[in-house]
Amino acid sequence: MITKRIIPCLDVKNGRVVKGTNFMGLNDVNDPVSLAEYYSSAGADELVFYDITASSEGRKLFCDVLEQVASKIFIPLTVGGGINSVDDFARVLGCGADKVSVNSGALANPRIINEAARLYGSQCVVLSVDAKRVDGKFKVFAKGGRVDTGLDMLEWVKQGVDSGAGEIVLNSIDTDGVKQGFDLEMLEAVTNIVSVPVIASGGAGKIEDFITLFNANPKVDAGLAASIFHFGEVKINDLKRELVKNGINARI
Amino acid sequence: MSTIAIIDYGVGNLFSLASSLKAVGAKAIVTGDPDEIKKSDKLILPGVGAFEDAAKKLKTTGLDEIIKEEAASGKPLMGICLGMQLLFERSYEFGVFEGLGLIEGSIVPIADHAPAELKIPHIGWNKLELKKQDCPIFKYLSGGEFVYFVHSFFGTDCEADTAATTEYGCVLTAAVAKKNVYGCQFHPEKSGEVGLKILKAFSEI
Repeated sequence: MITKRIIPCLDVKNGRVVKGTNFMGLNDVNDPVSLAEYYSSAGADELVFYDITASSEGRKLFCDVLEQVASKIFIPLTVGGGINSVDDFARVLGCGADKVSVNSGALANPRIINEAARLYGSQCVVLSVDAKRVDGKFKVFAKGGRVDTGLDMLEWVKQGVDSGAGEIVLNSIDTDGVKQGFDLEMLEAVTNIVSVPVIASGGAGKIEDFITLFNANPKVDAGLAASIFHFGEVKINDLKRELVKNGINARI
Repeated sequence: MSTIAIIDYGVGNLFSLASSLKAVGAKAIVTGDPDEIKKSDKLILPGVGAFEDAAKKLKTTGLDEIIKEEAASGKPLMGICLGMQLLFERSYEFGVFEGLGLIEGSIVPIADHAPAELKIPHIGWNKLELKKQDCPIFKYLSGGEFVYFVHSFFGTDCEADTAATTEYGCVLTAAVAKKNVYGCQFHPEKSGEVGLKILKAFSEI
């Protein structure tokens, strides 16, 4: 049977990996290629790279980094950040990405999901959603979680899947950076309405948070985290061994 | 050193495949040129996307006949993902389409076989059960290894040539082998160390 995936996420700026808490306050952590190699050998099932540069030089540098990673690391690579058109899909796929994650770009132009799915297949199109509770409802936030779009998160996710998104990354702004566990309530709402894989993001602080996640909601396919892996608070090989010990199917 | 031609017919991303072959010390070229393909010692037929579109591209480029001739001459050929499905006689992916016919059997939707609650596509790492232990591409495997799958259709009616299976609410064909023709439904170039072992073994045939 298919295994639950553990996915470290690397935010890349000017060729270096950075990670913010609640998306703010960045501090340089490590070299993307060596970090990717480390994660791959530790048992990461997939890697996500977010390009958080805005400049064109930064974009070029990001593609160089991606190419270096893809020529050395042979596990699936997902790329996000700055994906605003089908041309952006082509750009990162050409540097070795396997899947492309769209977020604000799809909010600005929802047709991009369908266009990319038709060109590259749904398996290639990941819809990443930053959501937060506003007056008791889950709302979609854009621009790295700074702007309330007013959109209902569940409606947006459903629309995305109907348009051809093959996977959903659900990042809860409410739990992100807090390290008290994933947002089980928000995840449940999403896994109840879609049939594509759902990746949980935001809130992991310790190994038990992943065990709780997969036990509480077997429909969640993967857990994504950044800082706890970067700073060594959770080692991926320890995490996967604990998952298996707890009866959760994982690749060791 | 023998040369592996990765057949380029405008379908899919060949960057990782070429890099992974390089990583195991194989000499690989990416080419759609018939002469280059004929000159090489081994062939890999990659592919992602829709069967109909890929089969059409093979036909319009004339590469379908070249692949069949080269396979008939005994040259080792490995299909990967959609490339494996193209080796079959036919596919029922949104219609009925003819494949290369190098492996007997049909490509059918997973959804027709797996329980309804399972997600389609079958995406992620799943376990290999080897049916042909002595298959040359599994030289460095012992069975039970995890490999990376991304697909919504799979090969059936190919029992005699099934080299490995995986379980996803039903038994799915994970690899096929018939004489010098091999196929992997999963992506060896995305399956970490295990995938590299399979590519290395293929390069050493």
